[in-house]
Amino acid sequence: MGELDVLKKEAETLKTQIETARKAVNDTTMEAASSGVAPAPRIQPKARRTLKGHTAKIYALYWALDNKLMVSGSQDGKLLVWDTHAGILANCVPLKSAWVMTVSFSPSAGLVASGGLDNMCTIVNISGEKPKTMRELDGHDGYVACSRFLSETSILTASGDQTCGLWDLETGKQKQSFLNHVGDCMCVALAEDQNTFISGACDSQAKLWDIRDGQCKQSFIGHTGDINAISYMPNGQAFITGSDDCTLRMFDMRADQEVMCYQNAQPTAGVTSLSLSLSGRLLFAGYDDFNCNIWDSLKGEKIGVLSGHDNRVSCTGIPSDGMCVSTGSWDSFLKIWN
Amino acid sequence: MSSNSNLTNMRRLVEQLRLEASVERIKVSQAAAELQQYCLQNATKDALLVGVPTGSNPFREPRSCSLL
Repeated sequence: MGELDVLKKEAETLKTQIETARKAVNDTTMEAASSGVAPAPRIQPKARRTLKGHTAKIYALYWALDNKLMVSGSQDGKLLVWDTHAGILANCVPLKSAWVMTVSFSPSAGLVASGGLDNMCTIVNISGEKPKTMRELDGHDGYVACSRFLSETSILTASGDQTCGLWDLETGKQKQSFLNHVGDCMCVALAEDQNTFISGACDSQAKLWDIRDGQCKQSFIGHTGDINAISYMPNGQAFITGSDDCTLRMFDMRADQEVMCYQNAQPTAGVTSLSLSLSGRLLFAGYDDFNCNIWDSLKGEKIGVLSGHDNRVSCTGIPSDGMCVSTGSWDSFLKIWN
Repeated sequence: MSSNSNLTNMRRLVEQLRLEASVERIKVSQAAAELQQYCLQNATKDALLVGVPTGSNPFREPRSCSLL
């Protein structure tokens, strides 16, 4: 047998080995294990604010750590920064490219990052009198679908070129590349200690990465469609993904497998976005069918709906104090609920 | 050469699978128990779960307000 055949055989053996090892620890389901837990209350959050200002589809939003400012990005070519408590606009950042897919704040909220079909991640300083473009991170061969700051000088990106990248904002250069996905990378989430992160891609897989050495540590299978959204459970040991396959799934990193699937009785709409409440008990998921479903993350039951948008809910977010949930839509509005 | 790149890709794939196979796994029951514990322990701090009293809700005007 040539080396190629030997390797192919080894690959198959290893895949079977992984599957067997996962089955060996699969002694229960999250649902069964939570049967003794009291059901979460049926909640009906009210829309407290409707933020009007964008003139086209909203694609992304992000909360600042002060739990007050929120930035949104729309294909009207603008990033809008909102004072959500007062319900007013705090800042407006015009973009060079209107095709925005992601927005985020740096920890100080002095910087905003945006990325999209221009294949770049643009960093703008908004702490001065006028917004000033600080860096244009050029290096991806595909769209930038998601960007997350590690600090004021470091940012992580997920790209349609099937890679994730870690960038040094002082030099504007990529410090590390993360190569293993075989589909467009759509979303990333950073671990609290920033030593690792998770990504979701159009290859239907989620992956866990070591930030420093660029190594993919674990791959999580289960979804049957593009993964559009990903978020850590607040205990840091599990994460939830949302997909075009109309489901959300919880994966536990130490059990190395899917432990729960959240699926509507009539699954017809893809999941665009997701956010977890402070304790992790409530899962808010935005769908293509204009709704945002509320799930009990432990028991896998749908316990509420946020309805009010006239088009697809493209993004959701919960501030770090867990005080509310915000939704952004193709109807050009943002809403704040609690 | 495409046969060389096939070989390189295959070597990489096997190396990656070896790494992923070596992960130490815990039982799902243990993972579930710890997750439940975390959620339940933090439930009272979760405003979306337990509700926010009107007075301390930054997104809601308090019912009794002193007018200027």
